[in-house]
Amino acid sequence: MSAIKPINQKAWWLVLPVVICVAFSAVLPLMTVVNYSLQDIISPERRVFVGTEWFAAVMRDEDLHAALWRQLTFSLAVLTVEIPLGIMLALSMPARGWKASAVLVIVALSLLIPWNVVGTIWQIFGRTDIGLLGAMLEKMGFDYSYTGNATQAWLTVLTMDVWHWTPLVALLCYAGLRSIPDAYYQAARIDGASKFAVFRYIQLPKMRGVLMIAVLLRFMDSFMIYTEPFVLTGGGPGNATTFLSEFLTQKAVGQFDVGPAAAFSLIYFLIILLLCFILYNWMQRVGTADKEGAGHE
Amino acid sequence: MARIDLDLAHSYLPDPQQDADYALLPLQMCFEDGGAYALLGPSGCGKTTMLNIMSGLLAPSRGSVKFDGEDVTQRSPQQRNIAQVFQFPVIYDTMTVADNLAFPLRNRKMPEAQIKKRVGEIAEMLELSGQLNRRAADLAADAKQKISLGRGLVRPDVSAVLFDEPLTVIDPHLKWQLRRKLKQIHHELKLTLIYVTHDQVEALTFADQVMVMTRGRAVQVGSADALFERPQHTFVGHFIGSPGMNFLPARAVGGTLEVAGRTLALPPNLALLGLPEGDLKLGIRPEYVALSAAGDPAALPVVVMQALDIGTHILLTGQSASSNLTIKARLSPELAAPQRGDTVWLRVLEAHTCFYKNEELIP
Repeated sequence: MSAIKPINQKAWWLVLPVVICVAFSAVLPLMTVVNYSLQDIISPERRVFVGTEWFAAVMRDEDLHAALWRQLTFSLAVLTVEIPLGIMLALSMPARGWKASAVLVIVALSLLIPWNVVGTIWQIFGRTDIGLLGAMLEKMGFDYSYTGNATQAWLTVLTMDVWHWTPLVALLCYAGLRSIPDAYYQAARIDGASKFAVFRYIQLPKMRGVLMIAVLLRFMDSFMIYTEPFVLTGGGPGNATTFLSEFLTQKAVGQFDVGPAAAFSLIYFLIILLLCFILYNWMQRVGTADKEGAGHE
Repeated sequence: MARIDLDLAHSYLPDPQQDADYALLPLQMCFEDGGAYALLGPSGCGKTTMLNIMSGLLAPSRGSVKFDGEDVTQRSPQQRNIAQVFQFPVIYDTMTVADNLAFPLRNRKMPEAQIKKRVGEIAEMLELSGQLNRRAADLAADAKQKISLGRGLVRPDVSAVLFDEPLTVIDPHLKWQLRRKLKQIHHELKLTLIYVTHDQVEALTFADQVMVMTRGRAVQVGSADALFERPQHTFVGHFIGSPGMNFLPARAVGGTLEVAGRTLALPPNLALLGLPEGDLKLGIRPEYVALSAAGDPAALPVVVMQALDIGTHILLTGQSASSNLTIKARLSPELAAPQRGDTVWLRVLEAHTCFYKNEELIP
């Protein structure tokens, strides 16, 4: 027995700073939310414990279902547009010289603009009286109105997000492309590979890591989108651009239904966690699928 | 397969002014069809530049590249139908080993049955058969480099196969094996092989003809024997051999030679050469330097600085007493090794002695 090292209980003290930090930054706020979600707070003095009642109510809420579907469709649309567009952009950016620096700065510009300013820019941009986009569409004979037409509002929010965030995808892909050694391109030329083969067998596999980061970042960000549509459309017309965060805020701050809002925000949190987990694992699989396929031959 | 003629110069600068601006100084060279060549030289001497020009990855800033007399200077690597293997393994990560090997053939639309057969042969040759269905990305560095080699060799109809220091990442023991394999492949397929390396052993064992390069200049092309016995340039003398050739400043006056403050009598065969009067360099391989009797008119007295017994021979480093010249000699291990501080006489004038003026061999 003497060979076993005595357990040093004092070492626990070393973990303490992390425990305190995480407690204050994550666990305590989360527990407050859990606390709200289990009670009906009628007034500061009168609280009733309601168990999972709020959760059950929220799950049955038709408006929430609609918001969730709207959100999923939106995030999916964001990914299907921004990822290929970002890759194409990165592929067409110059590799070196002053042109590369100039293009990098120009591409990165939209990333430097705060969310609420982006919303404001597009609000003005889309106006049919003074906005460049709105007035132009009007002149071309389109009956454009992001405040009146649900589809057009949804499309405007999507376009705004694409404009704002595609550069992030492009920059990530650009970094991935630049890290490919020249020898790969030279070897591909020697092997007589077509442009498409170079993309399919060299550039895309080498970008896998950064693409995974891009997909996850864009998915999470778009799933939590709030400020831009709030400024642009305020969630309207009707509920057309009321995404999950907007919905949640309306519940918690607008109607002060703290209980259902807390229950829903926990569900929201779990949905994001689950989807990220699925996405991450799926993307990890994509890269190694060939290996498994080969193993079964 | 093709004969390759080069008549070109290359500079990476837009407007080269002096020799130092050139990566490759003007040169003419012919690589015969089916030959095994090595380009040998230190890093930065222009050998990779030359290889890339031959394969078409790089266009020479001046001159032309001809395959079988046909000007291909402006053609792409694919049109030249050339294969090249790079220093570090290049593999297509998402493909299996078999798909990697088949890639150059598929791009050229070879029938699938033929591809399968050819890939099988190459894999057999490189001992990759057992790994054909594995993903290439999961293999070790040397196996990856074997895949790169395989992709270079898989096309049966190439004009030439160019190797750019392909064995750098390979284990020494496997290196030897792969080099033999390449030699065997050359024998069987009669391909034109051009091999770039900075390792003289690699170059001399692989190639029939070795081109020694330094600072963008090809200083000598010849067999291993010629490079060893008659270096055309002092650089070749230095670079080939271990240790390199001894070079001693000398002065020819009449029929005699002054070296390190001593006047040596030229033996009749050398006297017949008719050495130009004035400053020269005397070059002799350590292998040909022999111990001699004191006062020998073809020998120099040196103080022994070091005598290392390397097993197969004794490596002696001596310094001439009157000047700071060092001379190295490989002596037979059967002789009693001289001790440090001893004075010995080393014979430097004999049949293998070469003379250089302005770093070039006096023929």
